[in-house]
Parts: sequence; structure tokens; C-alpha cells
Amino acid sequence: MTALPQTTAKKLGLVIDLDTCVGCQACVTACKGWNDQGAGLSDQDAYGANPSGTFLNRVHSYQVAVPDAPAQIVTFPRSCLHCEVAPCVTVCPTGASYKRAEDGIVLVNEDACIGCGLCAWACPYGARELDADQGVMKKCTLCVDRIENENLPEEDREPACVRTCPTNARHFGDFADPDSKVSKLVASRGGYDLMPDMGTKPTNKYLPPRKKGAADASPLAPLLDIKAKGIAGWLDKMLGNI
Amino acid sequence: MHPAPSVILFSTLSGMGFGFLAFLGWGAMIPAGWWAFILWGIGYSLAVAGLMAATFHLGNPKNALKAFTQWRTSWLSREAWASVVTLLLLAPVALSDWLGLEWSRLPGQVGGTLAMVTVFTTAMIYTQIKAVPRWHHWLTPVMFLSFAIAGGATLSGQVWASAALLGVGAVLVAVWRVGDQAFAKAGQTMGTATGLDRLGTPTVFEPAHTAGNYLLREMIYVVGRKHVQKLRIIALVLVAGFPALILILPLGCVGIMLAAPVHLAGALAARWLFFAEAEHVVGLFYGKRG
Repeated sequence: MTALPQTTAKKLGLVIDLDTCVGCQACVTACKGWNDQGAGLSDQDAYGANPSGTFLNRVHSYQVAVPDAPAQIVTFPRSCLHCEVAPCVTVCPTGASYKRAEDGIVLVNEDACIGCGLCAWACPYGARELDADQGVMKKCTLCVDRIENENLPEEDREPACVRTCPTNARHFGDFADPDSKVSKLVASRGGYDLMPDMGTKPTNKYLPPRKKGAADASPLAPLLDIKAKGIAGWLDKMLGNI
Repeated sequence: MHPAPSVILFSTLSGMGFGFLAFLGWGAMIPAGWWAFILWGIGYSLAVAGLMAATFHLGNPKNALKAFTQWRTSWLSREAWASVVTLLLLAPVALSDWLGLEWSRLPGQVGGTLAMVTVFTTAMIYTQIKAVPRWHHWLTPVMFLSFAIAGGATLSGQVWASAALLGVGAVLVAVWRVGDQAFAKAGQTMGTATGLDRLGTPTVFEPAHTAGNYLLREMIYVVGRKHVQKLRIIALVLVAGFPALILILPLGCVGIMLAAPVHLAGALAARWLFFAEAEHVVGLFYGKRG
């Protein structure tokens, strides 16, 4: 069970566009909302001084010092990358952690999980969190209960984070199909892997933020060049001469 | 990495226990009568106490038996098998020594070797984790095995036990020297973690969440690093220096009773460092190498 499939027919995953992400945390909220069904994702001291909880998606923000250009703020969503060589799967002693042969989604069978935490150690990306109440491992499921759910309208059959993103910074699709939207995005925008040297071959790709130059002169600039008239003009002239 | 007491106790106690069981199994000392009961009892108690401690680390221990299913891929599952088979194989030898039954020692030879295999599987649980560069090195299993050999040699009163203890000290120094360079050598930075190195040099602008989470608690442990040098010296003295000296003195059994607990205390300190000093690459996302 915890042996990785040689190949998967589909490679379902996400493309995350760091150029359009605005860090609104809507994906974090939508993910928590959808996945908080059943046993759900517990919180500890949610309204207290030290709130903590299980989340499958977190949004970081970075300040990037860009050579010869102003610094940029980049907001950065981080969730499971559904790696082809998923180290979290092979370390699992019980077979609870597995990668689906049909579509490559990495899942946890919570009924078999002993909560040893080894899969979370093995993941370089911090994609897995042990639920403090339930003692079992939680991770992104790519919303398997949405993408295959025929009770939902077709437009809703994508992960909650993708469906909710107000800037369309998240895209869901099959990377095994070179003509899919996600494959084309990666090809045209230079989509990349996180920590490729870790040898995990992530399925999810990130699109780099555009390098922004210093802004051109503002279109409002001529309006700022106001000449004072009358008494103010006289004052301006006199004070300038002192 | 969070130095959980359960895991530290598990790996040190069971390491020493399986080390001692290996020597008893190999027949490096063959006790008889009640002596056999006590000595085999010490070996079994250490090994089993360690394994019990490990279960306290589990969030959902009711599924523990399922850990025997994935031996093809998982070192943790292999460890479960190796430990149980070792304990079962050595049982008739222990019984035979205690009651003077003079059964074949062949299961002892095999079981003794499997005891060392068990220690190796324990070490591989950590060694396999590429995301923790300090652990991902062949010196990790060498360190675990050297502890087991020195512990076993000490408890079974081998004349070369002092040398074995000093050997562990040397291995520890090597582990620390190599380990201190490991994270840099792995070459991962906040830039490669986020891929923003293609744009410039990233630093954290704002934390991703208000308070702590599982990742910060479990894998981004940064407390206590400032005392590392002192702890290393304490560990070296307790693991190697002091017990090696005691064992050279002609104290016999008393020497062993003094040296072994001190060595074990040192092993606990060294194992605490093994976890507390280990940095997981996920810390890079948080701007915390931890």
C-alpha cells in the first residue's frame, strides 16, 4: 500500500499564480470550511490568547529584495504538492498514507493512522499537520469529495480553494495532459517546483511573480505642477528670494 | 525537531537494551541461574520499556498493530518486526540460561544479530528523512549502533568496553562536526523553498498565522540551542570519559553498576541534542531554521 505507484494515469494538482495572489486568505478559509465536515479539522483555544488549529493550507508573505528594483511583497499559499515521489507515503508504517494510482492524489486513511507523525517529518513542505484532538494526520485531499461529486453543479467540482479564489490565482487540473489549462499555464509562464533538489517531483507548480520595474511617471504628474497666483504667487516669489 | 521525551527514552533505552540482549544472545557472557534471570531481565526490561515509551509518541495508538503491515517500504514497520522477532527468538535462550536447560544457543546467535538489526532499523527511521539534513547521513546508523555495542559491552562486562565507550565519544564528535555543516550542504534556503530566489532575496514579511501550529511545535524547535556546546561536553564526559575510566579501575561488578547508569544519562543528553539540534527544511518557510 505505501509503495508508490510507478505511474499514475492522471496527475491532478494545482497551479498557484504568485503574480496574481493577493494574500486575502480566502483559500485558507474556504479550505477549512469545506474540510471541517465530519471529524473535521480541530482548533485549540480558537478565541483565546494562543489560538492554534489544523489547517491544510497556509498563506505566507515574503518581502523580496530585488536587485536594481524596489522590493516586492509576495504572498505565498502553501499546501500539499501531491508529489510524484512522495516521501510521506513510503515512510508510513501502517499503509494509512497512500498515493492514488488513478490520479496521483496523496491521501491519508485516518482509520489506519497511528499518529506517529513520521510522514509530517518526511515532508519538506510542511504539508501535513497532526490534529491535536483526533491524533491523526491531516492533509490536503485536493477536495476529492468535491471534484468527483456529481451532486454538485459542474462548476463547483474543483477544490474549494480554487473555487473561492477571487483573483483566479489558483488553478486545478491534470498535469498528465499537455493540453490541459494547468499544463499550458506552466509552459507559458515558467511554472516551477519548490525545492526541486529534495527529489520529490511535486505535481503542483508555482508561477513566478512578475519583476516590477520602478513605476513610470504618474499620469497625474502634470496636475502636481501647480503655479500659485495672486497673493499666494507673490508670497511664493518673495519667500523664494529670501 | 521537537525533542519529545517519549522518543528520546525509546531510542536510548531500547538501544542499550537490544545492545545488551545481542551480547547475551551471542554468548559473550553466559549467566546461569538467578543471575541469568536478572541480567536477561535487565536486557528485556530496557528493550521493552523503550518500545513502550515509543507508543506514547503515537497520537492514535489503537491502530499500533497495523504498523506491522508495511515492512516492504517503511523503516518504522521493519523496526516493529525486527524488535518483536528478536525478543521472541531470544526468549528460549534466556529461559535455558535461567533454568539450566542447555538448549541450543543457535536462536541466540540469530537473535543477537537481529537485535543489532533492530537498532539499525531505528536509526534508519531518522536517517531516511532527507528533509532533516543533519540526520540524513550514514553516520546516524553508525552512531546508533556504536551506542548499542558500547552499552552491551559495558553491561556484559567485556574487557574492551572502555575502548567501545571511547569509540562512541569519537563517533559523537564526528556526528557533530559533520552535522553542523549538513544544513548548509543540503543547499536549501528560503529562496529555494519558495522559488523566490529567481526574483531576489526573500525574507519573512508577516507570519502566516497568529500563534503556533503543529509544524512550529514539532519540527521548528529552536529552544535551548545556546547551551549546545556545554551539553556536548557533558554528553561526552558522561557517555565516554567517565564510564571508560571507571571500567578501567579494578572494581568488577560495582564498576559496571556505576558506569552503565552514567553512560545512559549521557546517552539521554546526546539524544536530546540529536533532536533539538536537527533542523527541518520546513523552517525555511517560516524564516526559522529549526
